[in-house]
Amino acid sequence: MAKVLMKGNEAIGAAAIKAGCKYFFGYPITPQNELPEFMSRELPKIGGAFVQAESEVAAINMIYGGAGTGARVMTSSSSPGIALKQEGISYIAGAELPCVIVNISRGGPGLGGIQPSQADYFMSTRGGGNGDYRHLCYAPATLQEAVDLTIEAFDVADQYRTPVIVIGDGMIGQMMEPVEFNEPTKRNLPEKTWATTGTEGKRKPNIINSLALDPAELEKHNIKLDNKYKEIEANETRYEMYKTEDAEIVFVAYGTTSRIVKNTIEALRAEGIKAGLIRPITLWPFPNKAFTEIPAAKALLTVEMSMGQMIDDVKIANEGRLPIHFYGRSGGMIPSPEEIGNKAKEVLGGVK
Amino acid sequence: MAAEKVILAGFGGQGVMSMGQLLTYAGMIENKNVSWLPSYGPEMRGGTANCAVIVSDTPVGSPIITNDATAAIVMNLPSLVKFEGNLINGGNLLINSSLITQKAEREDVKTYYIPANEIAGEIGNSRVANIVMLGAYLELTKVVTVDSVIEALKKVFGPDKQHLVPLNKEALERGAAAVK
Amino acid sequence: MAEIFNKTEGLTDKQFHYCPGCTHGIIHRLVGEVLVELGVLGKTVGVAPVGCSVLAYDYFNCDMHEAAHGRAPAVATGIKRILPENVVFTYQGDGDLASIGTAEIIHAAHRGEKFTTIFVNNAIYGMTGGQMAPTTLIGQKATTAPYGRQQATAGMPLRMSEMLATIDGAVFVERVSVHNVAAIRKAKKAIKKAFEVQIEGKGFGIVEVLSTCPTNWGISPVDSLKWLEENMIPYYPLGNFRTPEEGK
Repeated sequence: MAKVLMKGNEAIGAAAIKAGCKYFFGYPITPQNELPEFMSRELPKIGGAFVQAESEVAAINMIYGGAGTGARVMTSSSSPGIALKQEGISYIAGAELPCVIVNISRGGPGLGGIQPSQADYFMSTRGGGNGDYRHLCYAPATLQEAVDLTIEAFDVADQYRTPVIVIGDGMIGQMMEPVEFNEPTKRNLPEKTWATTGTEGKRKPNIINSLALDPAELEKHNIKLDNKYKEIEANETRYEMYKTEDAEIVFVAYGTTSRIVKNTIEALRAEGIKAGLIRPITLWPFPNKAFTEIPAAKALLTVEMSMGQMIDDVKIANEGRLPIHFYGRSGGMIPSPEEIGNKAKEVLGGVK
Repeated sequence: MAAEKVILAGFGGQGVMSMGQLLTYAGMIENKNVSWLPSYGPEMRGGTANCAVIVSDTPVGSPIITNDATAAIVMNLPSLVKFEGNLINGGNLLINSSLITQKAEREDVKTYYIPANEIAGEIGNSRVANIVMLGAYLELTKVVTVDSVIEALKKVFGPDKQHLVPLNKEALERGAAAVK
Repeated sequence: MAEIFNKTEGLTDKQFHYCPGCTHGIIHRLVGEVLVELGVLGKTVGVAPVGCSVLAYDYFNCDMHEAAHGRAPAVATGIKRILPENVVFTYQGDGDLASIGTAEIIHAAHRGEKFTTIFVNNAIYGMTGGQMAPTTLIGQKATTAPYGRQQATAGMPLRMSEMLATIDGAVFVERVSVHNVAAIRKAKKAIKKAFEVQIEGKGFGIVEVLSTCPTNWGISPVDSLKWLEENMIPYYPLGNFRTPEEGK
């Protein structure tokens, strides 16, 4: 299929439609508005439905109801709005329903700002809502990857009956790049026999529920969920290793920050400094294994558009082997390749 | 061609964003690696607007242009002040002299003064001042061909506005002539 | 032998957990009977709330979806937009609908969502143990209003039906009660009408049912019925507030 030039927010919307999503429930917030706008324009054309909800809370609960029917549903928002959606996300995880939630994130806390930020790492990977649950979180670095991962997210959500987050900072939402819409690798998806579509008098009622008043029953449910999360960890963890074979300084960065870091790596290598990058594509599950595949590394340098959130996972994955350093900008400030390079030199100076 | 990194800036309504998109689109038509990154938010509502376009033979790394711009196209004075410093040594600085009477401060860049609004007015529509600037830029850098931009224009305009293609083509030519 | 009375097919065999004298059971039965009589039980999806009727998903003999507190109208919106040919209802109490879920119910009505809401108003939070509701009457005692509800600090009790009746999308709004047989008959009629309005695609319908809570009111089941009649009905007048014009 031919490439088309699209804005990130619209490309993600088009990817969802390509994946068979016909229903979108959302609420306006910058910098993701082009996504609901796109869906409001496109979904009626294919017999789907777009609802502008009264709030993010309502939108995610519409997703909860919609997902219960077995249809592919999506919502999108930006950081403070995603925070509001956590109630519904917890219910959806508890009731084991599939859906895709897009976070085109911005600076915080509170109302924060509207410029690119990666300060939602904790909310995305630690479960912003209550209870023992996890959800897969894809962090694309390019628009093509955003398209591919959005399409795949629907399959993954269906396969494991789980909410899946696609997170991009404001740049992913706002920028334009050429994209093409490809078929994902075919998965064997289970039939949705649990969906609430009416019994037609032919079966017992289906009940979608996250309540279990009996502690033993709830524990059993938690164990079942945990087993599912272990399966996701085993099968769905994804990452990119970039020039790590001989790298003495290994950066860890995701999303658009990883692209800036790649510029840094080119510049450092031009100066004879062996630098490489571990790029988590799934933030949860975090690619712990990648940290055993960096034979020449002397130090890790985590780079984030936050004051340091992913670094906690880097510490867990590193298991105390290498010194870990951090460079971050926040509030919508974007680190430059030079700043990052200078930090890397400082780190290497200390190592030698 | 190494990566061409252009900052396009002006005030809202000068067509800065669409000028950048045309260039990006044309790059895509030529199978180059491209990215277009806009400034966004309240500043878009009547304030300054700018976008960063990268056209490259290799995959685009960071879509952000910091102090490595190979060119800047500035449509108004605040844009000149803001982005002059982002150019590399020997970069191209294209100034819309219709609205900017001030001269560039840097001497290590190649500066071109193009009376884009006057030229656009001469060919009948002051709104194509952005296209005049784009024409000048293409003449200087040959990043993409004029034909690719025309092809991109046809797609962006859609079937209803094909009659605007000749005007834009003339604007591109007049812009090119201004820096020959 | 003639069958005089039986369990409705609209309800499951599960035994209710409701307190003795609570009128939730009657209201459940009315909804179940209506779904059967309209022949739509097999294509109905119900949405259960948080509150005393949280376990309603175990009682209605149709597909059920348990919602977060107050969000039933949003959940129902999601379901109905995807399954427009199905029948969808929410069953919500006063804490759920009139407090934490006011935004959801008002905007579902406002959008004219084509589902039916059964709103059970017993003027108190039952499940959590007798706290003050937006619908608690002035002077009525609650665990968080130990001196009785005061207007100065808690405002006047909220009349949801009157409020919703001002919204164009809410095409059917009626308040009924279940404190005696005549009232129960009227209540069933209203519930049926509200579902018919949905089935005919006319818009959003809500039936507010005045209900008792002997446990948290601290009075006997029989006296509760009397208390409802003497105290609630004067403040929450029964009757229809909106109904679609015939032929429209």
